[in-house]
Amino acid sequence: MEITVTVNGTAETRDVEPRLLLVHFLRDVLGLTGTHVGCDTTGCGACTVLLDGAPIKSCTLLAVQADGRAVTTVEGLIENGQLHPIQEAFKEEHGLQCGFCTPGMMLVAKALIESNPDPSEEEVRWAISGNVCRCTGYTNIVKACRRAAAQIRQAEVAS
Amino acid sequence: MSEGTRICGIGHSVKRKEDDRFIRGRGRYVEDVNLPRMLHMALLRSPLAHARINAIDASAAQAHPGVVAVVTGKDLEAHKLAWMPTLSGDTQAVLATDKVRFQGQEVAAVIAEDPYVARDALELIAVDYDPLPAVVDPFQALAPEAPLIRDEKEGQADNCCYRWQAGDKEATDRAFAAAEVVVKLKTHYPRCHPAPLETCGCVADVDPATGKATIYMTSQAPHAHRTLFALVAGLPEHNIQIISPDVGGGFGNKVPIYPGYVVATAASLLLGRPVKWIESRTENLISTGFARDYHMEGELALDRDGTMRAVRVKLTSDNGAFFADAQPTKFKAGLFHIVTGSYDLKAAHVEATGAYTNKAPGGVAYRCSFRVTEASFLIERLVQNAAYELGMDPAELRRKNFIRADQFPYRSATGFVYDSGDYHRALDLALDKVGYAALREEQERLRREGGDKLLGIGIASFTEVVGAGPAKDYDIAGLKMFDSAELRVHPTGKAILKIGVQTQGQGHETTFAQIVAGELGIPPEDVLVQHGDTDNTPYGLGTYASRSTPTAGAATAVVARKLRDKGRKIAAHLLEAAEEDLEWHEDRFRVKGVPEKSVTIQDVAFAAYTNPPEGLEAGLEGVHYYDPPNMTYPFGSYVVAVEVDRGTGEWKVRRMVAVDDCGVRINPMIVEGQIHGGLTEGYGIAAMELITFDEDGNCIGSSFMDYLLPTAWETPKFETYATVTPSPHHPIGAKGVGESATVGSPAAYVNAVIDALAHLGVRNIDMPVTSAKVWEALQRAGV
Repeated sequence: MEITVTVNGTAETRDVEPRLLLVHFLRDVLGLTGTHVGCDTTGCGACTVLLDGAPIKSCTLLAVQADGRAVTTVEGLIENGQLHPIQEAFKEEHGLQCGFCTPGMMLVAKALIESNPDPSEEEVRWAISGNVCRCTGYTNIVKACRRAAAQIRQAEVAS
Repeated sequence: MSEGTRICGIGHSVKRKEDDRFIRGRGRYVEDVNLPRMLHMALLRSPLAHARINAIDASAAQAHPGVVAVVTGKDLEAHKLAWMPTLSGDTQAVLATDKVRFQGQEVAAVIAEDPYVARDALELIAVDYDPLPAVVDPFQALAPEAPLIRDEKEGQADNCCYRWQAGDKEATDRAFAAAEVVVKLKTHYPRCHPAPLETCGCVADVDPATGKATIYMTSQAPHAHRTLFALVAGLPEHNIQIISPDVGGGFGNKVPIYPGYVVATAASLLLGRPVKWIESRTENLISTGFARDYHMEGELALDRDGTMRAVRVKLTSDNGAFFADAQPTKFKAGLFHIVTGSYDLKAAHVEATGAYTNKAPGGVAYRCSFRVTEASFLIERLVQNAAYELGMDPAELRRKNFIRADQFPYRSATGFVYDSGDYHRALDLALDKVGYAALREEQERLRREGGDKLLGIGIASFTEVVGAGPAKDYDIAGLKMFDSAELRVHPTGKAILKIGVQTQGQGHETTFAQIVAGELGIPPEDVLVQHGDTDNTPYGLGTYASRSTPTAGAATAVVARKLRDKGRKIAAHLLEAAEEDLEWHEDRFRVKGVPEKSVTIQDVAFAAYTNPPEGLEAGLEGVHYYDPPNMTYPFGSYVVAVEVDRGTGEWKVRRMVAVDDCGVRINPMIVEGQIHGGLTEGYGIAAMELITFDEDGNCIGSSFMDYLLPTAWETPKFETYATVTPSPHHPIGAKGVGESATVGSPAAYVNAVIDALAHLGVRNIDMPVTSAKVWEALQRAGV
């Protein structure tokens, strides 16, 4: 069936099988391979994208369920050629190692900071607890999220 | 700013070069590889743990629209591909022909135009099985009446997979006979799974015109895998290119060769089209290299004053249906004989028996150097129980028996030569940082008050043996465990470094560039590090067992020094000075006593191609194969404080202080990151990670709903510190760090929980230490 999903700001209209998962729509139909599949059962969060701004796990959502809605993937974090403060903070704080969980983590962080501009360490840990990282032990991911929040707050004050 | 600071060699927390692609979602993992006309493969797996295969009917699957081929063991048999060698000298079925031997074993493959269709068609394959009794416990497997699992194997009359021993049995038995105190601990280090976030998979692309096989593969050891492929498939080795692109975590899981790789390659060869195979998470958990599953009976002999005399261990390992651990050939139980740990023990003996069972094969070193984790866990648990037995403080008992700093190099009772260490310093720092005395006082007070909360303090003072290894002792499948580096400095002074090891998140693209920076003065951003492509890198055994820095890191330093030596000749020519009148300073050669008269490495590189001295070979490049003279021995002391709820058995980490000594730290930021990850996986193993089976051999723990991993919410907060005791034999004094924390921390967590309950007489709870088990222990103790 034909669906239209706005992905990173661009309306994408495609004819898809009803059973196609959103993650495969993004990866295989649109070629956006930054979204990864880690568990196929909503257990690890590697496939997290934002659906109308809210983090969802794209491995257990059908592409047709995203029809008429807006999806943000890691490829959509860069704006006007500039890295998002979250991307910069993940590098700065060594918040990633193998990089497989990173896109999902950054998108959860984005949603968190939008709803809570100054999250405490506990609030960050709770927010990212649906996303598994096997490499970092989360310590530096938490630091990265809080650093990004501070950067965004500062930028808003400045503007 | 000095040149050294600008150049950012050893000791600088340089931000990682690889991050720029990962934070943009531009990593390239195997699943991201898509080739024109690519087909998709799915594997049919056995629902039964042990059964004879009477017949396989694939006709309906074959006829399904979109299916291109169905492959069974019979098809592979015709090409002598139904079985393959493992990295531990055993054989493993690629696709089952006679029997299935574990639940999840590969039985058939569907190759289709679309991955969904391939999976649909699996359900159309009819397999007629004759169920056989499943053997799911190694003791049951080794009993005389047990059903024979490996009946296809010539000369295999029972389920014994290996027998192995290390140390001096006689001396150890004598020490035990004379001992004033003997402390015993029987424990099971449970089966767990490395579960990297990226599952295993490959894209096999055999070019029908040239016969060249290009295989993109989730591999921690691409060169070794290439050689094995050549041997298995009979393909000429120069016509096999293994590319391990970005790897989404390995932790030992991506060391073995899996049947899926072989079938996909065979299918591509037969069909003349690229074939992609990507595991599901369930497939990863039920069929690929698990870890541990060691039943250990340990004994420690001591004098009444606390002097440790000897350690004796009887091991029974559950290896699953095929011996596919990937252990060095000589060492069937890996390096478990490091079980003497950090202590000056005069005698030790380890006796190990491996059993075939109807469970998935593996026993891989999950973020661990060949069974070092199990050994470290056992000795650290024994020492704590010995302290209780003697009425001594566990920290004091350790300090009394540590190998002293002046005893290095130290020959252990099982034959290892520890290179360097200062165990007292590391433990003292950890105790100081955690506030040990105050915690002990609080523990006493809480016990006296008899409230809901108990406090436990656990210590682990581990010593690892990593960096396999010296060619005289270490090989995998006959391949000596050296490693390599090739360095080319281009005319403009930029460089490319090619290494035989393979990163899976460890940050080699940054740290190896820093080694070059430290030796040659070329800044890390000017050094491109390549790895993981067998056509473009020198031979090496890969990344696992914390071996990259000890082996390929050393090779990198040595090859850079070779180029520097050549550079000195060029510099002498440029400066019109004698070689012996030159001194090296950070990134340049200077005339001794006239420092302003100098040429930089960039000047030298340019001259190597434009103005080489007469008689000197042009260019500035070289290769080095490094055979380490010894292993390296990282160590550390971890102290954990836990609070246990007396009513529910729930436990929570209040403090986790980790002091690590991995020798010289190339990039302290990356080292810290490695330690955080290891402390977390160690916590997972201690608290929740468990792959278990029912009596019929059904795997329980086949998804992340059942196989629990720590999330940010339950992961403890870590306080990390360092001491630095360089390795005397490594060119830059580094020892390797990727696994220290997984090796050392499980015992610290478990010791802490046991310590909270020790006054009630509790001496052991097997991992994972769930609150239910703690509650049961409290009940038994009458609380």
